Amino acid sequence: MGKYRSGRSPARAMAGLGAALVASGLIAGCGSSSGLKINVYYSPEDHFQSVVDNCNKAAGGQYQIVYNKLQRGSDDQRIQLARRLAAGDDSMDVLGLDVTWVPEFAQAGWIDEWTGADQAAASAGVLAGPLKTATYQGKLYAAPKNTNVQLLWYDDRITPRPPKTWAEMMRISQQLKGEHKPYSIVFTGAQYEGLVVVYNTLVESLGGHILSDDGKSVVMDEGAVQALQLLKQVTSSGITDPSLTNQKEDDVRRSFQRGDAAFELNWPFVYASYAEERPQDLAHFKWAVYPEAKPGAPAKTTIGGYDLAVSSLSKHKPEAYAAALCLRSAENQKYSAINDGVPPTIESVYHDDRPLDPGKPASADNPNMAVKYPMRETILDALRTAALRPLSPAYQNASTVMSKVLSPPSEIDPRATADKLREQLDDALQSKGVIP
Amino acid sequence: MTVQDATAGAAPATHRKGKPALSEGKKAERRLGLWLCAPAFLVMIAVTGYPIGYSIWLSLQRYDLRFPAQHEFIGFANYAAVLTNSYWWTAFGTTMFLTVVSVVIEFVLGMALALIMHRTLVGRGLVRTVALIPYGIVTVVAAFSWYFAWTPKTGYLADMLASGAAPLTDQWPSLFIIVAAEVWKTTPFMALLLMAGLALVPEDLLKAAAMDGATAWQRFTRVMLPVMKPAILVALLFRTLDAFRIFDNIYVLTNGAQDTGSVSMQTYDNLVKGLNLGIGSTMAVLIFLTVAIIAFLFIKVFGTAAPGSDDGGKR
Repeated sequence: MGKYRSGRSPARAMAGLGAALVASGLIAGCGSSSGLKINVYYSPEDHFQSVVDNCNKAAGGQYQIVYNKLQRGSDDQRIQLARRLAAGDDSMDVLGLDVTWVPEFAQAGWIDEWTGADQAAASAGVLAGPLKTATYQGKLYAAPKNTNVQLLWYDDRITPRPPKTWAEMMRISQQLKGEHKPYSIVFTGAQYEGLVVVYNTLVESLGGHILSDDGKSVVMDEGAVQALQLLKQVTSSGITDPSLTNQKEDDVRRSFQRGDAAFELNWPFVYASYAEERPQDLAHFKWAVYPEAKPGAPAKTTIGGYDLAVSSLSKHKPEAYAAALCLRSAENQKYSAINDGVPPTIESVYHDDRPLDPGKPASADNPNMAVKYPMRETILDALRTAALRPLSPAYQNASTVMSKVLSPPSEIDPRATADKLREQLDDALQSKGVIP
Repeated sequence: MTVQDATAGAAPATHRKGKPALSEGKKAERRLGLWLCAPAFLVMIAVTGYPIGYSIWLSLQRYDLRFPAQHEFIGFANYAAVLTNSYWWTAFGTTMFLTVVSVVIEFVLGMALALIMHRTLVGRGLVRTVALIPYGIVTVVAAFSWYFAWTPKTGYLADMLASGAAPLTDQWPSLFIIVAAEVWKTTPFMALLLMAGLALVPEDLLKAAAMDGATAWQRFTRVMLPVMKPAILVALLFRTLDAFRIFDNIYVLTNGAQDTGSVSMQTYDNLVKGLNLGIGSTMAVLIFLTVAIIAFLFIKVFGTAAPGSDDGGKR
């Protein structure tokens, strides 16, 4: 008897569940007349589901966006997307692309060009730098969703005034070391994309070029060599973290948060983390624009961020364009900036002082940009002078080669390293030979 | 795969020895046996033969997923590109070093552990279970704990060193930490395989040797090791092939920085990250060939002790 019952109740539960599923399916069916699903593949972002919900409401049943979370690591994200697209998977509609992948995906024919009204809507009011990341060979291939730019972070109890140049920063660091205070300069020095970002920023700030503007040939001019010189100088004079060559973004953040460093060069996400993990010290956690490599010339920091593209295999392209436009609308970019700390690409959002719920006054519970995003003006300043990474379909290869040749940065020999880069980048651009 | 190679290599030898003509019934029986084996054989071809064949085919082409227009047949140019590349040889050297050093250490430690576990009188089951714990932990998880332990400020091991030392940022210390992580993880496995071999050693033989005045060391080298030969071969072969394909520990600990990458990591970088099917498949084929050569050499060196050969273990 007992056995009979225990065998039966799961069956009943299953039946109930089945009925519920059918019913919910019916309800969903009533809500959206077509039941059209738009699959968005985008990196994990804590509050992005709310953005998706907003857009589903706005779509009024025309389509329903489904947020498919990609992996956390950007290499893994790229691999999943590329693998599925290469295999002709047509279940993906909107793709969240890191800014460095747009030329690659466009060249491979995996994403469609934005034209007409969609193109106009995707580029309206967008800052020049982020817009360029979505462009390849003069055509727009994606809608910039959020941008990113590194800032200099410091503790005003250690250094009340932030350094303006790299030379000054190194001098202060040496001085602090002598005074037995936290002194190190921390940045992403591991052998990966993060090191390339630092190097690219230095090259651009010194007015140099790694690749030609069309991304087809190697330049490695005088500025690129000077940047190698500077990178070596910083990393070989004992003012960087001992783990420098193993540190990625989050290691850098933790190292500063522990109080081991005086200066941190990192993306703005560190502010939200600091606010959460060390609220008592937040008042002293300050930011400034990236230090200048060439005194007097503002630094040209490397742009990061995500663009939304439409898969060329998508079966619902008009809806996919509409969905992508909604997901990165000014209103939703503000929401993401406030909740997830990702810098908007639309300039007007930076000046938008209305809180999330415009009906009520701004407060900690109903924040506006000023409350949660105090560094917005600095970011905007940095974005005005920001630089791009080389726009080449073979960027991944070029980046792998660069991070290999640049690592460890303390052993750079400027002339010889430049020659090595020149030679190996040339092969990498043609996707020839072996990448390290 | 390798066990089959071993069988395949050994089978003809026994054939030649046992020449006598088979009776009709025996022949029919053998034919039936072959027919019964055929489905399994076909499945093996489909699941292992096809992918290997396909990667050999890919390795003869210039095939980058991002440049579909430049897809063409280029013969052995990819092999030339890989075999003349210094990155490949660096990774190959690193992999060989890691394989040899970690397998030697594992063998010595594993043998010691096996002898101890074999002679344990109390709590034998418990001892064996406890010894197996490192092997049961997911490699990536274990690798992360090694990573944090060796990172200054977050780890107890790094903090025991002179202040400011970050061993994972230098090539040689990194390599030794990778070896340590490998050894820690797989010594129990080695010990278990060797313990199975120890069980083969008859007590009488040892007692007789002791009566003849053999010292403990002599009994170990003259009696135990020869009898254990097949078990040792299996243990070393498995571990060597495993160690040669090392990926996860390196991926977590250094991600291949400072020339600590293995051939598997380089293949992954070229094939999966670089989306270069031609070069990546070439590397995969080269790894496959190396593994086959290692297996072949082992069988040669250990001769008829190969598992599967009829007179295995006998001298």
